[in-house]
Amino acid sequence: MHELSIMSSVVDTVRERVPDATVTCVRMEIGKLSGVLVDSVLFCFDVVVAGTNLEGASLDISSPPGRARCRACGSSFDLDDLIFLCSCGSADVQVLSGRELRITSVEVA
Amino acid sequence: MCATCGCSEETHTVVLEQDVLAKNNHLAEHNRAWLAARNVLALNIMSSPGAGKTTLLERTIRSLGGAPVISVIEGDQETRFDADRIRTTGCEVVQINTGAGCHLDASMVHNGLHELDPPRDSIVLVENVGNLVCPALFDLGESYRVVITSVTEGADKPRKYPHMFVVADLVLLNKVDLLPHVDFDVDRFVSDARMVRPDVTVLPLSATVGTGVDAWLDWLRDKCARVCAPAV
Repeated sequence: MHELSIMSSVVDTVRERVPDATVTCVRMEIGKLSGVLVDSVLFCFDVVVAGTNLEGASLDISSPPGRARCRACGSSFDLDDLIFLCSCGSADVQVLSGRELRITSVEVA
Repeated sequence: MCATCGCSEETHTVVLEQDVLAKNNHLAEHNRAWLAARNVLALNIMSSPGAGKTTLLERTIRSLGGAPVISVIEGDQETRFDADRIRTTGCEVVQINTGAGCHLDASMVHNGLHELDPPRDSIVLVENVGNLVCPALFDLGESYRVVITSVTEGADKPRKYPHMFVVADLVLLNKVDLLPHVDFDVDRFVSDARMVRPDVTVLPLSATVGTGVDAWLDWLRDKCARVCAPAV
């Protein structure tokens, strides 16, 4: 359940950046290959915002799918898991998306 | 401002574009620089509970016999059991109890390093909380990440827990003395580990009886020679 500490650091970051505003929405990107479960994040959110200027805020999460590019043959393909193997047989693969774990913006009143 | 009741209805967007783990990663880099300034090799040792991390540490410390000096940071949710075991080897150890936390983070290791105060040209072994999921995401500032699996756990662990194996610089397959008694396909384990982390070195060993430990000690001496100034 690393999502609890991850969401605690999200709250800390937002409070540092907008300490005096009431935050009504937090927008995050959590890629499908990030190792962080969106359901667990949503479950934790209400607990970690209690008593802060984020209390009552909504959490808007986008989940970029995994995409990769093969350095050997140049093709791009979907990546459903962390097995970085191109259909050409090469494991020399660059992950293009899916590992995002960031706060993109907040809505403040 | 709302004209009816005076509440502030209007909201505006503040763009943050910040990595969630940025703070941890920043502290991890600080730890890395601090260790590098002292020529200290630090290993982050991760596994599921009961894979044999502490037993391997005990054997490693006793086998190297103080050359180079090893000190240990022990991570567990509760108790000082592991620190007490390590202390019987004669080496310095700091126990970190994470309470509800399921992993060590860079801040805990930062505090641990200051308490431990490892000498120059030495090795710090960080035994993470037993967990094959959460510790994988948190950079501690280590030089290398070592993942231990034991043969009693099943050969499919690399594909079941890919986030852990994808960050592994070395995989140790422990408890190989039990191979005659369990259904564990070593070749499949190695090939699955390399599906997730191509070319990763896998060293089979038994921390209890000593089989294969020399290859692990050679790996450790080799890495230490690159970081620590005096020849090991």
